[in-house]
Amino acid sequence: MARISTKFLTLLVAAFVGLTSVAVAQTVPAPGEPRAETGGAQTLADILRRQEQQKVDDSFRRDNIGNPETAAPIDGQLGTRGGVSDSEFWRAYRYNELDELGTVRASAKGPSGDTSVTSVVIQSTGMEWLSFRKGPLKDYGGYLLLGTIGILVLFFLFRGRIMIDGGKSGKTITRFIGIERFAHWTIAGSFILLALTGLTQLFGRFFIIPYLGHEAFAPIAIYGKWIHNNVSWAFMLGLVMVFVMWVSHNIPNRLDLKWFAVAGGLFSKNVHPPAKKFNAGQKVVFWGVVLLGASISVSGLSLLFPFEMPMFAATFHHLNDLGLPQLVGLDPLPTDLAPQTEMQLAQAWHAIVAFVFMALIIGHIYIGSVGMEGAFDAMGSGQVDEQWAKEHHGLWYEEVTGKPAYHDSHPAE
Amino acid sequence: MKAMFIAFVGIIVIAVGADQILHHAGFAIDEVTSAPSVRLD
Ligand code: HEM
Repeated sequence: MARISTKFLTLLVAAFVGLTSVAVAQTVPAPGEPRAETGGAQTLADILRRQEQQKVDDSFRRDNIGNPETAAPIDGQLGTRGGVSDSEFWRAYRYNELDELGTVRASAKGPSGDTSVTSVVIQSTGMEWLSFRKGPLKDYGGYLLLGTIGILVLFFLFRGRIMIDGGKSGKTITRFIGIERFAHWTIAGSFILLALTGLTQLFGRFFIIPYLGHEAFAPIAIYGKWIHNNVSWAFMLGLVMVFVMWVSHNIPNRLDLKWFAVAGGLFSKNVHPPAKKFNAGQKVVFWGVVLLGASISVSGLSLLFPFEMPMFAATFHHLNDLGLPQLVGLDPLPTDLAPQTEMQLAQAWHAIVAFVFMALIIGHIYIGSVGMEGAFDAMGSGQVDEQWAKEHHGLWYEEVTGKPAYHDSHPAE
Repeated sequence: MKAMFIAFVGIIVIAVGADQILHHAGFAIDEVTSAPSVRLD
């Protein structure tokens, strides 16, 4: 018995060594060169290249679609199907080379009316999407969030909490009324739930399953998805309310340039550029929230109602017309997209926007809470200290109280 | 802080409501991902 198992082990090791040496020995043949190891088919090196997301020369497959001219006659041995074998037929099908054999049309179609069956039934872009999602999307997205947090930690270490330079006055004025705070917390609460459950969907496989196991992750993923799908409506409601109530205060003007010129006084004590209800930094946050929020909502709806709201073919069409891809040296974007490709693009775009959005909001949450003395009250009770208002929103303070905010020079004049 | 808590309760109410409405409207996942409704004819 023991001898048998030793023999088996030796065999196993030998097989393993043999396999690895084949793996090492295989190199990528030059285009057109025969692929001797695999009799002309895909090699391990091709697979490795594809996993590395490098370009694979697939002509050995793409062009291998049979040739009825040189085929054995239909009544001869192996002479069926007019000289095209099953695998050649499916290859032709995949690469949309079926014309000679007759056109096959799918019942599903993309928005541009592309009904070529190829793009629907055999989906080559699925692999590209998958490797993008678990590769660059996850990696760079993660770095962006960690990097943002790192910068804020450094900022806190060097600058500390931004204090009310003149000290609290003890008197307060109303900054945001109830409905404004309600709208803010509707969008804020839902955003945080969406961010956490969205990150779980993307990172769970890598950071939760290894620690908690599949059994624990399954309900987290299922309830997370329920939350993510259903909480999105509150986010959209908050977004519309915030937009309607605050857009008039967020139109850019000349004061914003002054604010940017001194970086809002963020890096220095006792520097307070004049500002109305919202300063230039807050306008960046506002427009970021509105634009990213609109884009993430639309792509999210497209994912929530699969195949019902394809939008990329139309978007790419407009971009091509505007000449934007050409401007940055790209080929025009594809406008014939299969329904699945539309879904893949919607997912990728939704996630990219989400990462940028989360980075922006992490900064916003910091400055609205620990980063600045007196800021949270504006959204907590709605009342801010008068001295805080004078320092951060002097012109707004003058507007609502009729009292001067600045002693010597009057920047409003 | 009252506005904040009302908003948080609102989020929950809207979420449960949306789930119910979509369910009754035939957008439940088991219906959407079964045969004829995934077709775009
Ligand atoms: C715990 C999380 C959050 C805290 C503590 C917070 C805090 C604040 C505070 C204190 C203000 C008022 C600033 C002022 O008085 O000038 C504010 C404004 C605002 N918040 Fe939030 N917020 C949070 C999350 C969010 C989220 C998730 C969003 C959007 C997705 C958001 C969007 C906005 C917008 C658009 C404004 C107006 C522009 C601005 O002041 O930057 N907030 N937030």
